[in-house]
Amino acid sequence: MSSSDVAIAGRSWRARFLASELRLVFTRRRNLAMLAVLAGAPLLLGLAIRLSTRRPGNGGGGGPAFIGQITSNGLFLAFTSLVVTLPLFLPLVVSVVSGEAVAGEASSGTLRSLLVVPVGRTRLLVVKFAGIIAYAFAATLVVGLSAIVVGFALFPTGPVTLLSGDTIPLSAALVRVLFVALYVAAMLAGVAAIGLFVSTLTEVPLAAMATTAILVVIIEILGAIPQISQIHPYLMTTGWLSFGDLVRDPIAYNNIVQGLLVTGAYVVVFGSMAWARFTSRDITS
Amino acid sequence: MTDPHPTPEVVSALALADDETAIRSTGLTKQFPGGQVAVKGIDLSVPRGAVFGFLGPNGSGKTTTIRMLLGLISPTAGSFAVLGRTMPESARDVLPRVGALVEGPAFYPYLSGRANLIRLDAADRSVDARTSRARVDAALERVGLSAAAEKRYRAYSLGMRQRLGLASALLRPRDLLVLDEPTNGLDPQGTREVRTLVRELASDGATVFVSSHLLSEVEQVCTHVGVMSRGRLVSQGTLDALRDVTTARVRVVTADTTRAAEVVRGLGLADVAVTADHVTATLGAFASERVTEELVRAGVGVRELVVERPDLEDVFVSLTGEGFDVEQ
Repeated sequence: MSSSDVAIAGRSWRARFLASELRLVFTRRRNLAMLAVLAGAPLLLGLAIRLSTRRPGNGGGGGPAFIGQITSNGLFLAFTSLVVTLPLFLPLVVSVVSGEAVAGEASSGTLRSLLVVPVGRTRLLVVKFAGIIAYAFAATLVVGLSAIVVGFALFPTGPVTLLSGDTIPLSAALVRVLFVALYVAAMLAGVAAIGLFVSTLTEVPLAAMATTAILVVIIEILGAIPQISQIHPYLMTTGWLSFGDLVRDPIAYNNIVQGLLVTGAYVVVFGSMAWARFTSRDITS
Repeated sequence: MTDPHPTPEVVSALALADDETAIRSTGLTKQFPGGQVAVKGIDLSVPRGAVFGFLGPNGSGKTTTIRMLLGLISPTAGSFAVLGRTMPESARDVLPRVGALVEGPAFYPYLSGRANLIRLDAADRSVDARTSRARVDAALERVGLSAAAEKRYRAYSLGMRQRLGLASALLRPRDLLVLDEPTNGLDPQGTREVRTLVRELASDGATVFVSSHLLSEVEQVCTHVGVMSRGRLVSQGTLDALRDVTTARVRVVTADTTRAAEVVRGLGLADVAVTADHVTATLGAFASERVTEELVRAGVGVRELVVERPDLEDVFVSLTGEGFDVEQ
């Protein structure tokens, strides 16, 4: 093989391995099943609201933010579904996929096969992280799209009245839904980084998944204790529900930017820890 | 740490320059964090083009050595070079030229055999993506898995899994193949096929480093052997040298056993044993012609003179101080 051939192959390699990783993540039956469950969440939510509002005197009381608006505009089912799935469902599926990332390869022994190919350890981590992020985006979009379809099928649609009181056309509101989904997915990058790190510590994927999910829940619990509010700005979950600010006009960016920065810090810290651990580790599985 | 079995004498250390060796190590040592020393300062020297049998009982440090050679674990002491390049610094350039099967096959159970190979090929930046399918098909064909290529790995028998492992080592031309117990789980027919494959690869010019705890497999294909025991490389050299030096014995059938025994002792051969109709002694590297000559000169009527090459099994048991399937 001449050196120019190697160069050509080298250029295509990164994309090829990434494509292979994405295929692995998105053809895995368990991962697809989780997406199906996520798609079902807005349907359940929509049906529950639709059926309950037929009964007089049971509308508009309690429930998550946006829930009262759904009966007047189906698009709000998208926002409501993201509010409902963000604290638990979405972090859980991202925990599963990220906990699997390195620990899964280690437990099946494929990690050693990849490393002797050779795949550089740093590159493997980067590609694994990209795969998790892609899955997190897909999961969020599945919730959003499913909610839009169900919302339009069960409830009236039309121009949308934002939280700030302004009314914008449906098409513009759909763009807002996309923004929200992107923001939520970006927030999940923090979970992905924690999961990737934990995944480098063990050869048992289930342990990595559970540990990641538990860490996320602990962070959420800390965020719910008012006595330690001074640390709340540094918790990655604090910014999660700031996406309501994307449904105002004009968009209030302060909390959004804060949320992205905190998540970015988690990605850097846990990503570095994953790298430090994985690149120095003996692979004995 | 006390060692109840003293280390037997090294048969012959191969003195070769770096560019003549496919694998070379100096004082390669691995101590695991728990304190267990799995590999104790081994000096491997695998000549290019050799089929090197890496032998030893289970738990003698073979797989740990292989993992170090492939950069999966880092040595705690010593240095090594693969294909003439210092490792692990050159891993990125060297490893694409090394086909490896480490500690049994490992694949994604939910993917087909073909999809598994495509996955590994996609990870290899040294190959041309356009030839991927052709190379995967060729590798499957070479190990006889074409018919089962679309089956999920989960449904493969142990023999099929082992074949897929070999196929993954053959996805591109290699200068060195490191095969850890490649015939594990194969039936006799499969074992024979692996031997044929090893011979083919060697005749193509590749160096083959094959580990085994089963002597019979190695004896037939190897040009060189290294023997591991309790983390030490107790012997290394050509197969013939190992066989000759260690325990080759001469057996003289004669009516005059007393005279024959005197002559044999006179030649300095050890372990002389006398029975009613024959005399045996350890020949070692001593030329059997000289024995014949001296017996004739002394007027001993020699009916038969045989050099008994011991079964390698016996050689290895004498080197490792234990049977070959004994867990340490």
